[in-house]
Amino acid sequence: MTLARLRYGGLAVLVAAAIAFPLAVTNQEAATLGFDAMIFVAAAAAWNMFSGYSGYISLGHAVFFGSGAYAAGIAARDWQVTGAAIFALLPLSAAVAALIAVPFGLVALRVRRHTFVVVTIAIFFIFQLVASNIAVTNGTSGLNAPFLLWSPVTFDDRFYYVALALAVLAVALSWLIRGSRFGLQLRAIRDDEDRAAGLGVRAMPVKLAALVISGAVTGLAGAVWFFFIGQVYPQSAYDPIFDLTVALMAFLGGLGSVAGPVLGALVLEPAQQYLTQQLNNAYLSEILLGVIFLLVILVLPRGVIPTAGERLTAWRAMRMAPAPAGGAAPSLPAPPATAGEDRPAGPAHAREQSR
Amino acid sequence: MTPLLRAEQVSKSFGGVQALNGAGIEVAEGSIAGLIGPNGSGKTTLFNVITGYERVDAGEVYLAGQRITNAPPHKVFALGIGRTFQLTRIFPRLTVLENMLVAAQHQRPGERAGSGRPWRARNPLARAGGPAARRRAMELLEFTGIARHAGALADTLSYGQRKLLELAYVLVADPQLVLLDEPAGGVNPSLINHLAGRIRELNAAGRTFLIVEHNMEFVMELCDRVTVLDYGTVVASGPPQQVRDDPRVLDAYLGVDVHGEGASGDGAGR
Repeated sequence: MTLARLRYGGLAVLVAAAIAFPLAVTNQEAATLGFDAMIFVAAAAAWNMFSGYSGYISLGHAVFFGSGAYAAGIAARDWQVTGAAIFALLPLSAAVAALIAVPFGLVALRVRRHTFVVVTIAIFFIFQLVASNIAVTNGTSGLNAPFLLWSPVTFDDRFYYVALALAVLAVALSWLIRGSRFGLQLRAIRDDEDRAAGLGVRAMPVKLAALVISGAVTGLAGAVWFFFIGQVYPQSAYDPIFDLTVALMAFLGGLGSVAGPVLGALVLEPAQQYLTQQLNNAYLSEILLGVIFLLVILVLPRGVIPTAGERLTAWRAMRMAPAPAGGAAPSLPAPPATAGEDRPAGPAHAREQSR
Repeated sequence: MTPLLRAEQVSKSFGGVQALNGAGIEVAEGSIAGLIGPNGSGKTTLFNVITGYERVDAGEVYLAGQRITNAPPHKVFALGIGRTFQLTRIFPRLTVLENMLVAAQHQRPGERAGSGRPWRARNPLARAGGPAARRRAMELLEFTGIARHAGALADTLSYGQRKLLELAYVLVADPQLVLLDEPAGGVNPSLINHLAGRIRELNAAGRTFLIVEHNMEFVMELCDRVTVLDYGTVVASGPPQQVRDDPRVLDAYLGVDVHGEGASGDGAGR
């Protein structure tokens, strides 16, 4: 019970802090940083819904991010949508990203694990190349977002709240999925796809559905980001650094957990911007990003939150397990079943901490 | 009466290795059937073919008269065949209870779909495992004797406990037929007894089994009928006593072979 209280308490504090952030911090840079952080919370949570739960690491989610941005940009241009009405284009961005996720998944999900990663990178570069070379995206000249008639004083704050709403939506959705039958099937696929199939899990539709949902949310994040930045180019929409960043955020915080990507985004995004500013050199900060990625994979491959969570689960199981007779548990790794039909309450927990 | 499971003239080759060569097996409903044979004789391949993990080159598989040849694994499971693996396969990063609930999501139509709320069974975002599924899962964990580990990560289970978990979650969806691939392999004698007892109890309640096993004592005690494979072909089939004394079976195991081929064991076929 205390644990649940701690969890909800922490959540309440976090949300309250996120809502109060623009009121407390008024300088321009911080507001931009707040917006970026929220966009990345949403994007990392969206990435985690697919890659974290299923174990299929995508390094091509910028495809959805960029396509969401372009979908809004192209629609606004062609249909002459202006003002706050552009936010009505968000569902379109989500739908386009979701639609793209279908062929993306049908191609990439034919292969497993490492090959899958390579295929997602290849698809990513196809999109970047196409966006640079076709007329509808205006090639390398990019697109401008429609002008929003928001006063410069409130502009940042409003966008911050839009991004915050999106982040909350993404995290809520990933929480919902994780506890659901769908989420359990995804996590079973992550652990052993063939075994899951043998227990009735239809792996392909499940994986594809996760990719589509994940792509749609990433597309939303792309569109909101585009409205804020004001323009979009193939290099900024389909950005390999985006692919690495969302993956790194999820890895750092904890792949497959709900809170992990949130933590990762809230730590990494400010850190990255701070470094870029301090070093006065974007390349150097990108190199540092790579170094951090390596360190996380080597030192903390499962991320902060799952590692802590597993410790906790093991600890709780240990507390629940001890045999009724006598508090001291036998230390020998006991056989799980003693002879005979009905076992007496024997040695309770066999090697809880074997790893 | 049609047998519950019938495989006919099944052939399967991997490259140059003919793992199955016209093999067939029949399992009567309510029986415990055994499948034995030397290493590389094609036992696991036959399991894989039946459960959809391998496609046949030739031959047919029927479940209760219905053709299931080359059906994908999830479909075979939905139709009522559950299986375990020789090298025990569980979901290490799910808890023991969650392991159980993976299979619980696929109860056959008409069976306890979320306690009278059919929409629940279709809503993918419903919480994993309704009360009925959880109760059933806990019952089976009690039955196999690992209920006290329900909340622990499956990764922390010992080898024997994993075997029990695998048996338990295969049973969750009430399969008509359970295929066990070396259930007694690598586990201690008391656990073997425990397993045999559980299998017998389930069989008494009407469940059908097909068991691949190297432990002869286990097979001979448990099985009503034993089929012997050698080089992908059935060399003998019948009640345990009869099969045990069959000279062809002794040949297969001991390699007493006038043609001098010897039982060198084509391990690649497995």
